[in-house]
Amino acid sequence: MKRSDFVTRRVTKPSWAISEAEVTPEAVFRERRAIVKALGLGALGAGLTGAGFSGTAQAGLFDAFSEKKPPAFIPQALQFGRPERFQDLSEPLTGEDKVTTHNNFYEFGTDKTSPAENAQGLITNPWMLKVDGLVDTPLTLDHDDLLKMFALEERIYRLRCVEAWSMVIPWVGFPLAALLAKAGVKSSATHVAFETLYDPNQMPGQKNRFIGGGVDYPYVEGLTVAEAMNELSLLSVGLYGKTLPPQNGAPIRLVVPWKYGFKSIKSVVRISLVNKEPPTSWNKLAPDEYGFYANVNPAVDHPRWSQASERRIGPGGLFSASRIPTRLFNGYEAEVAHLYKGLDLKRFY
Amino acid sequence: MSAAPEKVAASPSITPASRSTPRRQPRRLSRRALLWFKGALHLVFSLPLLWLIYGVNQGLLGGDPVQYLIHFTGKGALNILLVTLLVSPLAKALQAGFLLECRRLIGLWSFAYAGLHLAIFISLDLLFAFNLLFSEVIKRPYLVVGMLAFIVLLLLAVTSFNRLRRRMGKGWQLLHNLIYLAAPVIVLHYAWSVKSGLIEPMLYGAAVAVLLWIRRAKLVAIVTSARRAV
Repeated sequence: MKRSDFVTRRVTKPSWAISEAEVTPEAVFRERRAIVKALGLGALGAGLTGAGFSGTAQAGLFDAFSEKKPPAFIPQALQFGRPERFQDLSEPLTGEDKVTTHNNFYEFGTDKTSPAENAQGLITNPWMLKVDGLVDTPLTLDHDDLLKMFALEERIYRLRCVEAWSMVIPWVGFPLAALLAKAGVKSSATHVAFETLYDPNQMPGQKNRFIGGGVDYPYVEGLTVAEAMNELSLLSVGLYGKTLPPQNGAPIRLVVPWKYGFKSIKSVVRISLVNKEPPTSWNKLAPDEYGFYANVNPAVDHPRWSQASERRIGPGGLFSASRIPTRLFNGYEAEVAHLYKGLDLKRFY
Repeated sequence: MSAAPEKVAASPSITPASRSTPRRQPRRLSRRALLWFKGALHLVFSLPLLWLIYGVNQGLLGGDPVQYLIHFTGKGALNILLVTLLVSPLAKALQAGFLLECRRLIGLWSFAYAGLHLAIFISLDLLFAFNLLFSEVIKRPYLVVGMLAFIVLLLLAVTSFNRLRRRMGKGWQLLHNLIYLAAPVIVLHYAWSVKSGLIEPMLYGAAVAVLLWIRRAKLVAIVTSARRAV
């Protein structure tokens, strides 16, 4: 027997082995269980599941209608510190299963569940994040740099969506200011422009306007340099202690907690220092509804709905949500109000 | 007024023509078959709700399915309303008069979905914060418009009993003509509520436009008689 034959035989699976595609990935399995548990609705459907529908046979029934999906993204544990000031646990955290299955990431479809369904195959390694424009040293960070170049820390932030729902999320990341300091911001720079990956082959919403909600891609966002240098501005690489799932903006996303969620751009490939206000995606789509600043403000309503209150998605089941009043700058007034001194927040919404 | 004699004159001329070319037989259903058909319709309209319960229970609708539930029931109500509006043109085209006997049933299912839509909004989205009802709801024109459409559907559902229909006489038809107003208003409610992506609401708008265009003669008659009444 030749050596090569031996090697071939070693790696060939027997005919009775099930293929990897048929195995429910552990992450999915665990996630499904967690969701069912969190919803606390077991009793509601007990009649259904009790009648012999439960288990893998049922999952197969619905899988038959959908295309073959890539296996679920498996997050990786991160090493990080826990700075005291960002560990405010006075408000209960939104469950991890909710944070990872209730997303706006129109590149993967406009339903809240679409990103978790369609983003699992997103290639996040290799990744390239460019920092360029008006900087002393342009940088290019690869996937490992994102996790290792800066000390990671956990920060618990409120997230307020412009659609009037909110969550409390333990992010893991590093200050945007640290990255900007490394690149060296030139004094002529006034704004920071961000850009999401543009890859229609991986992002169905970029290929098809119907799926992508009519947004002009690539998704772009922006901050003033002062906003970007604020200590709250975070580049997140993880949540709940692990690397970000693709639906949450893997491998790196912005988190600016005093602004509406759409400012916190996902899956960033480019950060450019510029000398004028950069275009931003939602502002381009509906300038009378979404401004450049997009600061959370209960006194400035969306033209079609009130921003005075929000639906806080809580830690438990369907009925654990609550209606709470929305706070100016999402409750981060002490940290950011000075940035907008003298600015008419009604005009510059 | 001038149309009436023409009609009289036209009807005898149809009869000889229909003798030479065999007239299509109107499709009829036995009482029993009609019951089965209605049962099948009830099944068709209740299955999506069963799927919803299953989906929530199995976590197929995401970590926070409230928006999904609201969209699903809202779109369901609109879809079924379009089916309701399709009944009479279809009955005419297929010569299937029994379809008209199912129209109330379908309309009531549309109302049921709309009721669920509203109930889920108040209970799971607004979380019964009735103090917010005015500050929040009045500020959202799409909610006002949606509420208007719901009130119409509610009135039609409440007056759908045969006994009430007989007692109301001509007023019943007048009231139920409001459905032609409710359909476009619901599409407006939908288009107004979405953050982006107007393609789907526009498709619904086109469908409603077609369904109203089919019965334009009736709509013109309604409008002119209403004008005369004023």
